[in-house]
Amino acid sequence: MTDPSAGPLTTTSVREAVPGQVRAEPLLKIRDLTVTFASRGRAAVRAVDGVNLDVAAGSTVGIVGESGSGKSVTSLAAMGLLGRRGVEIRGSVDFDGSDLLHMPEQELRAVRGREIAMIFQDPMSSLNPVLTVGRQITEILVRHRGLSGRQARDRAAELLQSVGIGDSLRRLKSFPHQLSGGMRQRVMIAMALACEPRLLIADEPTTALDVTISAQILELLRRLVADTQTALVLITHDLGVVAGLCDTVHVMYSGRIVESAPRRPLFADPRHPYTTGLLASVPRLDAPRGVPLLPIPGSPSDTLPWARGCAFSPRCTRQVDACLGAPPVLEPLALPSHLLRCVNPVPPRKHLG
Amino acid sequence: MSLLEVRGLKVHFPIKKGIVLDRTVGQVRAVDGVDLSVEKGRTLGVVGESGCGKSTLGRAVLQLEPITAGTVVFDGEDLSRLRGSALRAMRRRMQMVFQDPLASLDPRQSVASVLAEPLRTHGVKGPYEKRVRELLDLVGLPGSAANRFPHEFSGGQRQRIGIARAIALNPELIIADEPVSALDVSIQAQVVNLLEELQERLGLTYLVIAHDLAVVRHISDDVAVMYLGSVVEIARADELYARPLHPYTIALLSAIPIPDPEVEDRRERVLLTGELPSAANPPPGCRFHSRCPFRQPTRCADEVPALRVLEGFPGSQVACHFAEQIAARELKPVHAEAAEPAATAHGTDTPPDSRRSSAGSPS
Repeated sequence: MTDPSAGPLTTTSVREAVPGQVRAEPLLKIRDLTVTFASRGRAAVRAVDGVNLDVAAGSTVGIVGESGSGKSVTSLAAMGLLGRRGVEIRGSVDFDGSDLLHMPEQELRAVRGREIAMIFQDPMSSLNPVLTVGRQITEILVRHRGLSGRQARDRAAELLQSVGIGDSLRRLKSFPHQLSGGMRQRVMIAMALACEPRLLIADEPTTALDVTISAQILELLRRLVADTQTALVLITHDLGVVAGLCDTVHVMYSGRIVESAPRRPLFADPRHPYTTGLLASVPRLDAPRGVPLLPIPGSPSDTLPWARGCAFSPRCTRQVDACLGAPPVLEPLALPSHLLRCVNPVPPRKHLG
Repeated sequence: MSLLEVRGLKVHFPIKKGIVLDRTVGQVRAVDGVDLSVEKGRTLGVVGESGCGKSTLGRAVLQLEPITAGTVVFDGEDLSRLRGSALRAMRRRMQMVFQDPLASLDPRQSVASVLAEPLRTHGVKGPYEKRVRELLDLVGLPGSAANRFPHEFSGGQRQRIGIARAIALNPELIIADEPVSALDVSIQAQVVNLLEELQERLGLTYLVIAHDLAVVRHISDDVAVMYLGSVVEIARADELYARPLHPYTIALLSAIPIPDPEVEDRRERVLLTGELPSAANPPPGCRFHSRCPFRQPTRCADEVPALRVLEGFPGSQVACHFAEQIAARELKPVHAEAAEPAATAHGTDTPPDSRRSSAGSPS
């Protein structure tokens, strides 16, 4: 295990510090991404609000949040998958030197699929039900890599083999409905890997799957990152998945990152009341029995607009007067890679060293 | 004496074929020989992956599914023999909480009407206002909720309404099928705590069915682990994580991520290969042998293991021929990398076709 915080540290003079890794120049750099949904006659909804995110090659970055936190919208907006009507996207998304937000559609399509791939939660709705999986995988290979039909078929079979689908030549002729959920998700991963992308975005890749299958898929992703230096962005609500897989973790609440840190400091010393709240509200398998759960009061919809203070403050147990009025700023703590957006953080749990 | 006693319960669903002639061509053995008992005031958790028959088990206990064989004895009465008004009288004493509160609440019924319905159905004389208020208070909702409709509530609040409806008739047994899995992480704990609180206040007995072992372990006194229609292990909840006995339980526990990097990095994972076989055509012998990392050349494939008590493990029952050797760490799990999952076609209408399985045939 490499310690992601061991790299050279840069001091960022910008008001909002930039989370993530500071090793080499990151592959994906999201700066100040803001997504606003507006529809006539209704108040505009700001789903993502000034998100900064760095993803380096060969690293895994986790985005954690509940429904409505903006974690999925962040990735969809960055990939230009949100459509144009009624959506306003600001900020910049830099992928290896080119700005994805201002790229012509034609060019963007070449980058997406070839350099960047995505895996979604529900494989059934992302696969075409009337085409065989073989057809769907070879299509990508022919389109993006210029392989001939026969080459593409052989490569597709190899890909299925590599994600753990045995008897792959026969499976290529299967339709999505003939496969189980775990197999469909493997097919999705095989499709995502078809062009050996440099960045893989997995949006709740295992939420719809059973735990034993989910463990297989996560192991597959772990191996992929280790073997091919692919950068992985893992979007999930499951802190357990993040704890095992991610180098850096960003916790989102109501469209903003509220805490981000390398995974060890984050779990050893969580400082934002929302992060600690999440950790205290899930039962742990290895905890002694009888430890009561401490739920976060209220529901994710009880938020405050950030302009009027901390969005989490209506549900927060540590709310003070300073929480209201001005929005809290994302600032580094003693460990510069640990960023926090809170005026009254949870006291440090334990000191390392 | 136990409040609920399930013996040899089987629920088989026929697979029908043909339009004119209604032929039965097979059986889906959703529940295939389950023995359970729940003491009064305690909680039994049932865990398993999708398709293991845990929901069918819950419904069969309430006689919501026709039972193929076996008995369900509730407080000394065999429910499967009861019909009509006698069964109705027993149903009053056992209620169900469903997974998706929005789907199990009528969108056009106000909360007051939802909560009064079981009272009305079972002939409790009105007016019901007082009881509705009591119920709302019990589940932590304001009295003003009575005149509102399900869509006006958040997921967690809706589940509270579902729970209030279940306790309206002062039942003794509550069967909760995935009570929290549709809820946001931060809300799940609220509902889990509510269920625990109600158990204490009202002396309820729970049968909690869920796929999330961490939640089940938290809420239950005993946990039954199901695989493909049968119970493979029953253990006290506090011992399950420390010393799982059945290979499936071992794999299941090791697959569940724990939100702590220190623990995650040290954990030894027992990864299962392949997928759940079809319940219409379960493997012979031990049903888990096709995926078992501890599989032995003898017995596993041809002898069905019975649920038995292991020496030195009081309170646990396990259905594995080699449980002693596994517990003593004499057998080590085999890691079959990317083994053939093809033999275990799951959920497909076409069983593995032998004619086409000569895989290399050019098309």
